[in-house]
Amino acid sequence: MTNTSSIDIEYVANLARLDLTENEKKKFSAQLEEVLKYFERINEVDVTDVEPMAHAFPVFNVWDEDRAEEGFTVEEALKNAPAKRDDQIVVPKVVE
Amino acid sequence: MSDLFYKTAGELSGLLVKREISSWDLTQAVIERTKAVETKVNAFLSYNEAAALKQAKNSDERIARGESRGPLEGIPVGLKDIIAVNGEQLSCGSKILEKFNSPYDATSAINLKNAGAVLWGRLNMDEFAMGSSTENSAYQVTSNPWDIERIPGGSSGGSAASVAAGEAILSIGSDTGGSIRQPASFCGVVGLKPTYGLISRYGLVAYASSLDQIGPFARSVEDVAILLQAIASHDRLDSTSIKVDIPDYRTVLKQEDRRWKLGVPTEYFSDGLDKEVGVAIENAIKFFENNGCEIVNVSLPHTELAVPVYYIIATAEASSNLARYDGIRYSHRSDRAIDSIDLYFKSRAEGFGEEVKRRIILGTYVLSSGYYDAYYLRAQKVRTLIRQDFIKSFEKVDALLTPTSPTVAFKIGERSEDPLSMYLSDIYTISLNLAGLPGISVPCGFNSDKMPIGLQVIGKPYCEAEILAIAHKFERSHDFYKEHPKL
Amino acid sequence: MKYEAVIGLEVHVQLNTKSKMFTRVAYNYAAPPNSLTNPVIMGLPGTLPVMNKGAIEKTITVGLIFNCEIAKISKWDRKNYFYPDMPKNYQISQYDQPLCMGGEVEIELPGPSRNIMGKHRKVQLTRIHLEEDTGKSTHHTLDSTLDFNRSGTPLIEIVSEPDLYSGEEAFAYLTALRTNLMYIDISDCDMEKGQMRCDVNISVREVGVTELGVKVELKNLNTISGVRNGIEFEIERQIKVLENNEKIVQETRLWNAERGITVSMRSKEQAHDYRYFPDPDLMPVKIKKETIKRLSNQLPEMPFDKQRRFLEDYDLPYTITSVICPDKSLSDFFEATVSLYNKPQPIANLIANDLLRELSSAGTGGPLPLSECKIDPQHIASLARMVDEGVISKQVAQDIFIEIFSTGDVPEKVIEEKGLKQSSNTTELEVVCRDIIDNNPKPAEEFKAGKKNAINALKGQVMKATKGKANPKIIDEILRKLMVE
Repeated sequence: MTNTSSIDIEYVANLARLDLTENEKKKFSAQLEEVLKYFERINEVDVTDVEPMAHAFPVFNVWDEDRAEEGFTVEEALKNAPAKRDDQIVVPKVVE
Repeated sequence: MSDLFYKTAGELSGLLVKREISSWDLTQAVIERTKAVETKVNAFLSYNEAAALKQAKNSDERIARGESRGPLEGIPVGLKDIIAVNGEQLSCGSKILEKFNSPYDATSAINLKNAGAVLWGRLNMDEFAMGSSTENSAYQVTSNPWDIERIPGGSSGGSAASVAAGEAILSIGSDTGGSIRQPASFCGVVGLKPTYGLISRYGLVAYASSLDQIGPFARSVEDVAILLQAIASHDRLDSTSIKVDIPDYRTVLKQEDRRWKLGVPTEYFSDGLDKEVGVAIENAIKFFENNGCEIVNVSLPHTELAVPVYYIIATAEASSNLARYDGIRYSHRSDRAIDSIDLYFKSRAEGFGEEVKRRIILGTYVLSSGYYDAYYLRAQKVRTLIRQDFIKSFEKVDALLTPTSPTVAFKIGERSEDPLSMYLSDIYTISLNLAGLPGISVPCGFNSDKMPIGLQVIGKPYCEAEILAIAHKFERSHDFYKEHPKL
Repeated sequence: MKYEAVIGLEVHVQLNTKSKMFTRVAYNYAAPPNSLTNPVIMGLPGTLPVMNKGAIEKTITVGLIFNCEIAKISKWDRKNYFYPDMPKNYQISQYDQPLCMGGEVEIELPGPSRNIMGKHRKVQLTRIHLEEDTGKSTHHTLDSTLDFNRSGTPLIEIVSEPDLYSGEEAFAYLTALRTNLMYIDISDCDMEKGQMRCDVNISVREVGVTELGVKVELKNLNTISGVRNGIEFEIERQIKVLENNEKIVQETRLWNAERGITVSMRSKEQAHDYRYFPDPDLMPVKIKKETIKRLSNQLPEMPFDKQRRFLEDYDLPYTITSVICPDKSLSDFFEATVSLYNKPQPIANLIANDLLRELSSAGTGGPLPLSECKIDPQHIASLARMVDEGVISKQVAQDIFIEIFSTGDVPEKVIEEKGLKQSSNTTELEVVCRDIIDNNPKPAEEFKAGKKNAINALKGQVMKATKGKANPKIIDEILRKLMVE
């Protein structure tokens, strides 16, 4: 990564829990630099007093009444699990 | 009966109800056609003949009992491999979900089953719908049936190519930034992205939640209307699903004689637009003008910002949506991991393809500490401005006419090493996703290489009926829909 | 040098809704592993969340009892981090627009002795927000196993200001939280079942200094006393560090209850960068004035207010109010009984002593819940009335209580069947009394000589002879009459 680079690829890859090869790091850094530079265009427009838009259409209170419905059987829940034991999913030892 | 596979659902449904053909025959014809051309097209990730024929048999029995469920009864419909169907693979074109078998149905899949459709195959796509060419599938490259050296567009490339090639009568895709309209345009078929919220996203694997919509592909506008009718529904399992009255789309198509006021956004006819595409669109605009419609120039001044805004919002949402693929409850698990943290890093590195990794990195970056306000928050504000541009234009006009894509389908491999140029090719489609508006791409000509060109009609929120009618009027006055690729 | 501690608490409380926060599958504590999931809980591709209205209203109710400002508009954010028991690898939570802001919790500090009320004070809250709980990891020697039953359960986080200053205060605060939350029936607040969890932020500074010292986070506090003890240990530890002119390290420490110490987690703690952003899958919540009004109208009288009223209106001793008032069902039971027979003090005694004693000996693994016992307010009212009317003695009342607690019979029936009715038959009693005076000449002589207390010895003998059934007032009269003769 060059000194002018604004993207700390190691830090971001760590947040995203993604192992990148040295090649990928180099390639992505360069490509993302270019894309981010292109993104700077959004600074050209004045957004003072403009509300951010999180949803296409503003609707409120889309909710269900509190009631329980049938869910998965244990078999359905674990159908795609890569490793299981005693109706639980097994993972390599969890480190805090 | 010859070439059943190139008939429209509208025609076929009439034949089925009159029992001139059976769904079994139709499905068999589609299967045979698929087997004949699939080596060239590569639209399907998988298909199950026996399962399709069984559904066809059930349809025939219902028809025989006089219990037809409507115009989709017995019609083979292909599904993009991003829509969950209970008991079927759901790979999203990714290695990370190679072994995933869905234990539940998407609401749209349930709607299709309830409409009597024959669910036919799992269609290829860019991995997690990230791409505009279907080259980002982890499994295969799909070809454009009009020229197998070219891409079919994307991300719903398999959905567009299969319908264009007669490997399915209809198909379902998803559109986050143009992923239905652009491949429809490239493959010479009709594709509709409905208003955000019209079709439930429950069971549509999320790429960018605030932009994703499911939509239909077909070889006629009427067929798109038929398929839309079946899948549009309010769904309490999707909080962004909207309660609106859904009209009878097929009936509304007959308002062809309305004299619409149609807007042409000047910003969509700038330098990047291919000459031949530009001419085809100009001709289409003239057609409406000559047929009693008023053409008005409108301005969408923030158009240029749509690409950066889209890529900030879409990648940010994607970085979070794709965090669940970690090799723990399902999805690819690396066998080289030494502990649970290492498991994430290795499983995700092994399972995701390059474009997905690139977008996860970009999306993670724009959300990370210190950058949120500059990118994500600001992009959301500009998104508001982009929507306001449309709202303003729609005060003056009923719909907008634009090209679907600045070019025709490009050659396989041509742009795959240059992400930015690939991102820029979405310029005419992504604004609609940002604004939540409906848009349809309808064939409007061919270039000198005999590659299809698409006209995009953009409507007001929930005005699918309007844009279907406009597209229908254009389609019925031209012969483009009668042409099929030579395979 | 004098030091003081400044403490803030983050308390998570599971809501007792019928279904989970963002999907309608049930949760309960003891279900077999992975039996309470569905596509949404497993975080399957394509699944979407839908809010639980009940959980939102319960959270608003919590905000109302603690005088929080209830948001007009509240929204959902994704908190992004990876953890194996969190299926989506983000938690749906609330970042900058929580349901409740500010607020205060009234606490009572320990008094000078058990029967004197302690000082009351209000602890300031920062906010209360709603989020989804994670699943549960069990760690084995070689691997870990995951159960997603708990995943997605509605969880509120009550964040206090750094407004607590000792382990005792934290204890009082948690006790008050628990009592209040159980009053409005939004959670069972059992810390051992994880229904209530507490993280502590604690720092120490020199008295007089205004900035906060270096903050240490304390975890693994599984009981309310554990929180108190952990904090007390940690304050001492930090003061010692400062006294040795060393620096406090900003870190997370775990309370080890067995050894009574806190231990550094020593993890390579990564800088938290949760990348919060508004969840595009969920629409915001708009809270109408009418909703707040409706929920306010459903609020019960809160425990400290009730205690003040009981002290005032019923003239009960503090000790008894401090037993009855923190338990809503017990205080409702008390008032129901008083409405049947207006003698608050003996009724309070029967409830605080006899009833609670029997409940705690009848239960297995904790006292029997009041709702499951066979005693109702009518039983207690009758007992109290019969003691007052001299039908039975207090001592017999106690025996009857034990009997009716186990059978559910009305007291009248027990009295009838066992012949426990207090004797007021003067002719019969005169025979007994005369007998006792004859056989105990010494106290009788003393009484006649003017030593009035001597009559008590005789009364005791009469009670013994009548097995407690004699009416003490009548005995007194008869004995006096006989000895004057």
